[in-house]
Amino acid sequence: MTQDRAALHLRGIGKSFGATRVLQGIDLAAAPGEFVALVGPSGCGKSTLLRIAAGLEAPDEGAVELDGLDVTAMRAADRDMAMVFQSYALYPHLTARQNMALPLLMRRLSATQRLPFAHLVPGVRKRLTAIGAEVASAADLLRITPLLDRKPAQMSGGQRQRVALGRALVRHPRAFLMDEPLSNLDAALRVHMRGEIVELHRRAGVVTLYVTHDQEEALGMADRIAVMLGGRILQCDTPGVVYRDPAHVDVATFIGSPRINLLPARIEGGRAMVGGTHFASGLALADGTALRLGIRPENLRLHASAAPGRLPVRLVRCEYLGAEVHAHLHAEPDAGPLIARMPPAEAATLAAHPALFVSAEPAHLLAFDAEGYRLRLHSPAREPAHAN
Amino acid sequence: MMRLLRLLVLSAGAALVLFPFVFMISTSLKSQSEVFSAGLQLIPVTWDAAENYSKAFSRIPMLQVLGNGALVCALIVVFQVLFALPAAYALAKLRFPGRDALFALVMLGLLVPIHAISIPLYAAARVSGLLNTLAVLIMPFTLSVFAIFLFRQFVKAIPDDLILAARSDGLSESAIVWRVLLPNAWPAASAFAVFSVVAHWNDLYWPLIAISKTHLATPPLGLLFFRAAEVGDDYGALMAATVVVTAPLVLFFLFAQRLFIDGMTMTGLKG
Repeated sequence: MTQDRAALHLRGIGKSFGATRVLQGIDLAAAPGEFVALVGPSGCGKSTLLRIAAGLEAPDEGAVELDGLDVTAMRAADRDMAMVFQSYALYPHLTARQNMALPLLMRRLSATQRLPFAHLVPGVRKRLTAIGAEVASAADLLRITPLLDRKPAQMSGGQRQRVALGRALVRHPRAFLMDEPLSNLDAALRVHMRGEIVELHRRAGVVTLYVTHDQEEALGMADRIAVMLGGRILQCDTPGVVYRDPAHVDVATFIGSPRINLLPARIEGGRAMVGGTHFASGLALADGTALRLGIRPENLRLHASAAPGRLPVRLVRCEYLGAEVHAHLHAEPDAGPLIARMPPAEAATLAAHPALFVSAEPAHLLAFDAEGYRLRLHSPAREPAHAN
Repeated sequence: MMRLLRLLVLSAGAALVLFPFVFMISTSLKSQSEVFSAGLQLIPVTWDAAENYSKAFSRIPMLQVLGNGALVCALIVVFQVLFALPAAYALAKLRFPGRDALFALVMLGLLVPIHAISIPLYAAARVSGLLNTLAVLIMPFTLSVFAIFLFRQFVKAIPDDLILAARSDGLSESAIVWRVLLPNAWPAASAFAVFSVVAHWNDLYWPLIAISKTHLATPPLGLLFFRAAEVGDDYGALMAATVVVTAPLVLFFLFAQRLFIDGMTMTGLKG
């Protein structure tokens, strides 16, 4: 993606609240029609970044560009981006229909045309009819037509969320900005709405910034994920790359559930030692280097017998999840807890073994240095990235 | 037993509070001679209601006085909301340097009663030729510090997201105040209106200073003019006039009490 093709480009955004640096030099470019998820724990600055993009907050430094145009100084109202909030932020005194029509009224009618009785003027009436038709078609798309004459207080959370999406959709904005829109919904509805939002995004074909603290949501919905921590973007790439090839230990731990296993290791004679055990070899690192080895739970192999490269573990418990089992292990003597993910059939045999050992393929080992940055041990075996 | 006791205490309290009203109504129905008869007789022996009430409406332009009161109170409330709501919005939701200091100054305004500034106000009204106009009855009260405070608390409780959503929907700051805040501020506004209307309908102090013409009088001042016009001791007619002046407020209060309670119990602004 070249920068001049970017539909929404945040350049060097910095923001402080008092003495706290909330955002430090954020660069993020999203291509036309791209769905970019901003993911990170609460307090990482992702919502502030979204508000800066929307024009609801002014950055201390940096610029916001929309379709190649610098809009940093432009009011939120003039940027023509639609925002969807976690709390839905529907106007409580208006019906769903009026909620959805309001942004169109504010844009298409002048102040005098919005006065009471102005609808008696033929030109104004024509525009109002057009707005009514657009609201109706957006409502149809979201299947909320029966709700149109209800007020927010008379709707369920999911229904309010649909109306809020409708209010964003109806004005055909140049960008969608969504701030944790699914966080207030119950689990089942959340999974369902994910699909709907992705589908709406595909239909509208508009660049979307989607803020979430739920890494699963980000992995499942976005074309690209920007992982934010402490006011910085640590990595921005396709879900596949962010998961398989994290650039920082914080990215590796934040993305993926159950969490990635981290083993403290030390290089001795070209071999990585965990505790006193030789765990991996062939690492081109100086002796004495301290590092952490990350292994995704699905890449942890369990064995019944000891061998070089195998670490002794103790089985703490098995968590049965239907399609898979999470085996909670403890690395001996004291290298910390581990989780292995396996099919139920394999898990059933574990209890029979008196001793257990784990190992990992060298290709599945992710090594991080003392600062948490990724150490490239092998030439990264990248799988082809998603087309975008 | 406890319930009975509670009922008795409450009834006694209610009787104590209501007695002057009952006595006022009773007196307004009595004839001159009966008013001064010894003994407490609530139901008149000779009914003189028609005469008393016709005096109340004829000695002074009573309907006009009531109309003045209604107009003045209504305009005061309208202006108070008109000025206080934008101020409250700015103090509650906008970020600008000195906001908290400004709010502290506004709060200091609560400490200054009308009596402290009535001489400068009178002088200003005199210089600008506004004495003996309805405008002078309204203007000093159009800025209500109490309203600013009340609405600020209310606006603070409105989620920020709603304001941000309005901004990104293309509403200007003034459109946010009038299209989003005002419709949602009805509970606070009606609670405030009760306070404001009661205070200004009953106000005698400022009208007494600023108005000397009977046809511009507000109800309490009208009552004063009535007593002056009615030299002598025609208490029946005086009480009739008092009933006429008090009744609209009592009716308003009974009606607004519902609004008031609704306002207090209405929650769930979260959209």
